[in-house]
Amino acid sequence: MHSRKPFYILVALLFIAGISASIYRGIEHSVPFLPGKQVQSWAVDAKVSFQGTMEPAEVSFSLPEDPAYEILVENATSPGYGLTITNNKVDRRAIWSIRSATGRQDLYYKVTLIPTGQTQLLTDVEPEAPTPYMWPATESAAAAQAAEEVWAKSATNLSFAQQLNKDLNAEERSQNIELLLAGNSPSKLFIRMLHSKGIPAQEVSGLFLEDQRRRQQLSTFVEVYNDGEWHLFNPANGTQGRPDDLLLWDRSGKSVLDVIGGVNSQVNFSMLQDTRSALATAIDVMKNDNALDFSLYQLPLEEQSLFKGILLIPIGVLMVVFLRVLIGIKTSGTFMPVLIALAFIQTTLFTGLIGFLLIVAFGLMIRSYLSELNLLLISRISAVIIVVIGIIGLFTLLSYKFGLSEGLTITFFPMIILAWTIERMSILWEEEGAKEVVIQGGGSLFVATLAYLAMSATWVQHWVFNFLGIHLVILALVLLMGQYTGYRLLELKRFKPLAGE
Amino acid sequence: MFLANPSALARGGILGMNKRNIDYIGRYNPRKFYKRVDDKLTTKQLALANDIAVPDLIGTVTEQHEIGEIPAMVNDKDGFVIKPSKGSGGKGILVVTKVENGRYYKPNGQEVTPSEVYRHVSNVLSGLFSLGGNPDVAIVEGLIQFDPVFDGYSYEGVPDIRLIVFKGFPIMGMIRLSTAASDGKANLHQGAVGVGVDIATGKGLHAVQFDTPIDLHPDTQKELTAIQVPQWDTLLHTASKAYEMSELGYLGTDMVLDKYKGPLLLELNARPGLAIQIANGRGILGNLRHVEQMKHHNMSVEERVAYSKIHFSANS
Repeated sequence: MHSRKPFYILVALLFIAGISASIYRGIEHSVPFLPGKQVQSWAVDAKVSFQGTMEPAEVSFSLPEDPAYEILVENATSPGYGLTITNNKVDRRAIWSIRSATGRQDLYYKVTLIPTGQTQLLTDVEPEAPTPYMWPATESAAAAQAAEEVWAKSATNLSFAQQLNKDLNAEERSQNIELLLAGNSPSKLFIRMLHSKGIPAQEVSGLFLEDQRRRQQLSTFVEVYNDGEWHLFNPANGTQGRPDDLLLWDRSGKSVLDVIGGVNSQVNFSMLQDTRSALATAIDVMKNDNALDFSLYQLPLEEQSLFKGILLIPIGVLMVVFLRVLIGIKTSGTFMPVLIALAFIQTTLFTGLIGFLLIVAFGLMIRSYLSELNLLLISRISAVIIVVIGIIGLFTLLSYKFGLSEGLTITFFPMIILAWTIERMSILWEEEGAKEVVIQGGGSLFVATLAYLAMSATWVQHWVFNFLGIHLVILALVLLMGQYTGYRLLELKRFKPLAGE
Repeated sequence: MFLANPSALARGGILGMNKRNIDYIGRYNPRKFYKRVDDKLTTKQLALANDIAVPDLIGTVTEQHEIGEIPAMVNDKDGFVIKPSKGSGGKGILVVTKVENGRYYKPNGQEVTPSEVYRHVSNVLSGLFSLGGNPDVAIVEGLIQFDPVFDGYSYEGVPDIRLIVFKGFPIMGMIRLSTAASDGKANLHQGAVGVGVDIATGKGLHAVQFDTPIDLHPDTQKELTAIQVPQWDTLLHTASKAYEMSELGYLGTDMVLDKYKGPLLLELNARPGLAIQIANGRGILGNLRHVEQMKHHNMSVEERVAYSKIHFSANS
């Protein structure tokens, strides 16, 4: 007897590969683990407007870049304008250009965003040390003194920024701070003082997302670098951290909007919240990332739905293996129950059962006449196939006449399988009596029903199509069960008299 | 409790279906030898070549157009049996016990019309009873004149003796008796009675019907454990010899006792069922393991039979 070790290693590998492929799918591509899951998405419109001065105009507008939101779709509308979207290391910008702009100009940028849940601003590039700000002579002493005070009370870059933010917003500010605030905006002062201590910090612009809001403006925040992460501060009100509904629009530290050849430029934002299927969203994101290269999602829809059916078969097969090897139920025809279960998926269970019983009952009646004719087996079964088609046609017509739309699905039964079933049942009837027909037919229908219940569960359908790794797990389970040498459940009943009294 | 405790079954050495398939059939029965037992015509020819007695071969029908020759074949016989060469589980066997002026009668006295016989043979040829539905051959065999020693033990049918032979050692046996419930058939799942017999003596040990222990034959009320199979040694030798002939390690042999010819080999089975354990009231695994532990042996048929009688008797 050769070693079973390679076999168990193979099974373990299949199992691990299947599970990890599925988890990778779920986490890396955000394919939802449960069907019907919804995600919130945000549609944000930015409207850039300015007055043209009859001269060539160039508008440079910063585009959102925020690890907390992924861009699903973006587009810009600007009739008559040339448009380029630049994507350099620092930021992404849309640049509209036109030879001559006269009067009021409106340019639109639309973007659909979905939250990624990644709210931290991590970076693995250490920013360069900032160049200290040259204070005017009147402020220089106050700034140095205020900075020293905070420095003394802090331990790290982060605690320095926290302490500074607190001091800037204290009820009773020190004279030094009051003096500095008179000449600097809170965020500028905050940044300049951080820079004076060599701490990287910059202004960022953020947009508060709120459903159905129009004419919104960007808010200014300050991000401060500490230990591989940028921390957000709002020196205007002394808060720290990232508000839940904030979208960071521009983190370049430069201006959001630059207009050359225009005056009175401004940008307004309006936004709408939307819910969409998490699965469809994940597929769209994969499309954007060109991650669809080798995947079922790129097939035409018709082939996809075909595959959805085919990929259910392993579940049915797993059920049959389980019921036969571990439970010990006998079925007529090894995988016939799977085929019946596939038909049930089209017809629904109740209609399917009724339809199956009707066809088989009528088929047996016709078959008993055919048996009188003394035909060859092949032609007899062929005759039964044709008769089965006739029966199906008749039932379909009748149910249409009576307005029973469920009856119309009867056509989904595999006819050749049905004809064989009728033939086998008929022989069984002649040889072993009606009781055996009921037992074997009932066993097959029972297994088919269980297989149907497993195959029709929406989360099973979701998993087998969207997490192909699960098929490796099924393969591993089938291989494992193929090695099971223990007793079947029904044998425990059968051999009951032998279990030592 | 409704179910047996699996560990109690394991302690009793009960062989389960999965273990049978993987550890015995899968390991000891090479696939290439299956046709020696799955095709009854081949089995018959092999048996004749090995000096093992089998029921008379009246003829075979391989083509649909030859069906018409059957009446001429059986014209001068008392009765005959038509069976598919590749059938399994006793399916497709037609027994005619009386031929009278070209009219055929089944064991229960019912008449079988020639057209019913033709249809049956046609079904056989089309593969209705064969494994996988492959085209088949119909074998027409002489009727077995069964030994009256079993009178009162069997209802309407021929009792048949099943022995499990493992690597040439007969290790467990039973006799299958038809009943009214089984309609004269010897298949246990159809209601035939199974009586476990002692390997050493051929004496009845324990009896069951529908997997439930019984003492008396349900139709004749004879005490089942009092049964004594005659010519037991010949049966053991025939079964043991079937090992060399088939080269299958885990083998079921089915034999009948003919009044004139003695034990006849009916068929061999590469996948014998497990009901024999219930008929014997004990598990087969102990005997199987005993033989497995012997590793290599060079015993002749006689030595193996003698060894089995010592080691595998219910009383040892």
